[in-house]
Amino acid sequence: MDRLSNFLKSLTLSELRKGLGVTGRHLFRRKITVQYPEEKTPQSNRFRGLHALRRYPNGEERCIACKLCEAVCPALAITIEAEERDDGTRRTTRYDIDLFKCIYCGFCEESCPVDSIVETRIYEYAFEERGENIMTKEMLLAVGDKYEEQIARDRMQDAAYR
Amino acid sequence: MSAHPEIPPEEAVTVHVDGREFRVRKGAMIIEVTDAAGISVPRFCYHEKLSVAANCRMCMVEVENAPKPLPACATPVADGMKVYTRSDVAQGAQKAVMEFLLINHPLDCPICDQGGECELQDLALGYGRDVSRFTEKKRVVKDKYIGPLIATDMTRCIHCTRCIRMLSEVAGKMELGATGRGENMEIGTYIEQSLESELSGNVIDVCPVGALTSRPFRFKARAWELNQHASIAPHDSIGSNIYVHTRRGRVMRVVPRENEEINEVWLSDRDRFSYEGLYSDDRLTAPMVKVEGRWEETDWDTALRAAVDGLRSIADKSGADQLGMLVSPTATLEEMFLAQAIARGLGTHSVDHRLRRSDPCDQDSAPLAPLLGMPLEQLEAINAALVVGANPRKEQPIAGHRLRKAALAGASIMFVNPVDYEFLFPVHARAVVPPSQMPQVLAGICACFPGVGSKAPEAVRSLIAGARPDADQQAMANALKEADAATVLLGNTAAAHPQASLIRALAGVIAEASGAVLGFLPECVNSVGGWLAGTVPHRGPAGELVATPGMDARMMCAQPRKGYVLFNVEPEYDCNDGAGTLRAIAGADFVVSLGPWAGASIKASADVLLPIGAFTETSGTFVNAEGRWQSFTAVAPAYADSRPGWKVLRVLGNLLQLDGFEYTSTEEIRDDLRRRVDAASGFSAAVANCVADVAKGNGLERIGDVPIHAADALVRRAASLQQTPDATGIAARMCAAQAEKSGVGDGTTIKVLQDDHVARIALAIDERVPEGCIWLPSATRATAELGPYFGSVTIEKI
Repeated sequence: MDRLSNFLKSLTLSELRKGLGVTGRHLFRRKITVQYPEEKTPQSNRFRGLHALRRYPNGEERCIACKLCEAVCPALAITIEAEERDDGTRRTTRYDIDLFKCIYCGFCEESCPVDSIVETRIYEYAFEERGENIMTKEMLLAVGDKYEEQIARDRMQDAAYR
Repeated sequence: MSAHPEIPPEEAVTVHVDGREFRVRKGAMIIEVTDAAGISVPRFCYHEKLSVAANCRMCMVEVENAPKPLPACATPVADGMKVYTRSDVAQGAQKAVMEFLLINHPLDCPICDQGGECELQDLALGYGRDVSRFTEKKRVVKDKYIGPLIATDMTRCIHCTRCIRMLSEVAGKMELGATGRGENMEIGTYIEQSLESELSGNVIDVCPVGALTSRPFRFKARAWELNQHASIAPHDSIGSNIYVHTRRGRVMRVVPRENEEINEVWLSDRDRFSYEGLYSDDRLTAPMVKVEGRWEETDWDTALRAAVDGLRSIADKSGADQLGMLVSPTATLEEMFLAQAIARGLGTHSVDHRLRRSDPCDQDSAPLAPLLGMPLEQLEAINAALVVGANPRKEQPIAGHRLRKAALAGASIMFVNPVDYEFLFPVHARAVVPPSQMPQVLAGICACFPGVGSKAPEAVRSLIAGARPDADQQAMANALKEADAATVLLGNTAAAHPQASLIRALAGVIAEASGAVLGFLPECVNSVGGWLAGTVPHRGPAGELVATPGMDARMMCAQPRKGYVLFNVEPEYDCNDGAGTLRAIAGADFVVSLGPWAGASIKASADVLLPIGAFTETSGTFVNAEGRWQSFTAVAPAYADSRPGWKVLRVLGNLLQLDGFEYTSTEEIRDDLRRRVDAASGFSAAVANCVADVAKGNGLERIGDVPIHAADALVRRAASLQQTPDATGIAARMCAAQAEKSGVGDGTTIKVLQDDHVARIALAIDERVPEGCIWLPSATRATAELGPYFGSVTIEKI
């Protein structure tokens, strides 16, 4: 019985036609391919891309060197050194993120008590030289300064769920 | 705790805690029972070593038939008592207390240095609410400056008063106190000032929150980043047990390691904060050789070769006895052993670690090592102690603490000192006399014992016969005689005294006549080890006799050698005649200096510098005053291109083609030496029979003790300790009567002349100094240019 049905299936090319049917159907469907880089897919406000360090509106850096992000980082990508600044506040003297080690889990952002370290929507970056993969404190702050508006909007949108 | 064999039946009661039955001593507090049984009861103000305050109320437990929950720390057990530590009533009370404690706590854990090791944080996790119900204003308290060692964030304070109790009960001085009541209560120093206690750092440990934290460690690292390594504190002869905390191979801080037999749970500030000196600016990073007067960094091969060639050429040209070796008493036992083996291998016995002694004339009759003669714990159980030439509070703070405990328990502690040092306990009797009079005072005490004159050694017989004891001396003798357990302790001043042998002989007579133990409080962490390892000119390792003794440290200064080997020695600070020794060394043809650091004087006088690891970077052994061998391991990798000292010495020995340098670990050296020391016999604290002649000057008598934070190279580089009152208050001191006689006034700068040495220093009027004397602390920058610690000086107005 099996042999007969197999014979009929191959004789009528039913498998091939089924496959072509799928192709045919999709031929007339709306396309979902985007023409990157001209076109881009929409992003969630929770997207976890390149890191940034934020500042308060008065320009003061938020980070207080509590080192929770360093402790929680599962990939050990964060290195912090801290010191007492001249005004007596607790500040980092070094805040490095190794982007090769980072797995973009977002734990650092979740652990931050002052919303300082965040993951932005930026995902288009590449390195050409060894060592460029280390984001220093200055670089992170620069990213934060540049995209602060977007970062703040994204957090605002998500505030109800945090 | 149950079925405790030591509790006599009439003193025992039965209590039930959480359904378990315990037989405990009557009068014990509930918390002692639960702690011994391993039942955890939360607490903040209760501390095993401090009095009970019962003011945090966190340890509330339910006691059957009691109308309300009771504090476990202040409720004595009663027979048949039933205690519930986890019942709803108990937990409800604990949670309510926690809520109140958190009302005014800032909850700034992310910026608090205590975060991660905070008792409040830990307990808040178990007993705190998720969300605070408190919406009113929180209290804010202004921070107070209490010195360079302790940082304050008084808003975080929960008023447990542990710090107050610690300072008044353990350190002995009420330096912190509470002002105001209720919410307005504040902990502070009343008037803004630094804490002066040498045990002040312990308030950091007892503080359950982040109100009192370490200032040098402020914001440097988090508790969870640190690796903890057991080690031994490298300063006083107590050998306090410590934990060294490192991060990424760098020492970040030091905390005490509990050892009831030695330091209990305490640690002196010197042991706690000296780690700051480890990475000072003058730390050597690579071996250096002086080429045509200029220092050049080089590799180990070249430097060791230069050292070997230099030493050999001195030995060949001028004879091996032209070589001298000075070893720091802070070196490890193994380093000392190898160092003396090199000296002796080269053919000289001129090797010494007793850099601060000036009178070694009784060394042949010395015991195997200067020991305390009893366990440290025993020190607090004595009934009487005659302390001669010592300031244990500053010199061996933990021993000072034990003596204080004894005094508070009723022991008669008596002092014979050249300065009326401050002791924070009742002193039974004291004799404050110029250094040259100290033997007379001791002879007076001897004379109070009938019939002692004939038994005393010849050298002191006439002195005792001529003594006319006064009432104080009689009181001292009586107290020693009447005590069941008494001791005569010789301290640092007694050791550095120009007539140290005479003092030891007289102390020996007193000890023998009164049945007291003659004990020594050696100055440095391994002063005892040096005797065992053989870094003395007249004895080899384990006291082995040497046929023709070499020169001791003072002789090597008085009769300059052509070549010196310095092992972690800074001559101007570490030696009795600092300036003289430095001059002798600077005039030598060839000097090798091994040490973690190289100060300006070493750089000026040495020819080869070999960088060695500090105590955190080498394994080794320290022998403390009790004679306890305490070994430790390296806790951090060697700094830059330095190497552990014992390895450098071993290779040096190999390159010199000497025998006995095949050791591959410090344990091998230690075990080898241990066997020899255990087999050594024939040594006793035989009474010395020798008196050194002292030139009598016609100026003022100098009293040159070593201040607490000038004791060794490491602590001298610890920046924060150098800002404490103990270090900044260095001045020439004399009493008002003497100042008037000398025509100088308070606060003026005077010129001090000692032999051909000159120093300029500020003068302070201090009534603790006897007339005819000037108290010029040694080993400090201001007095480094002066000569011997004791002797005649003249002063001039500028």
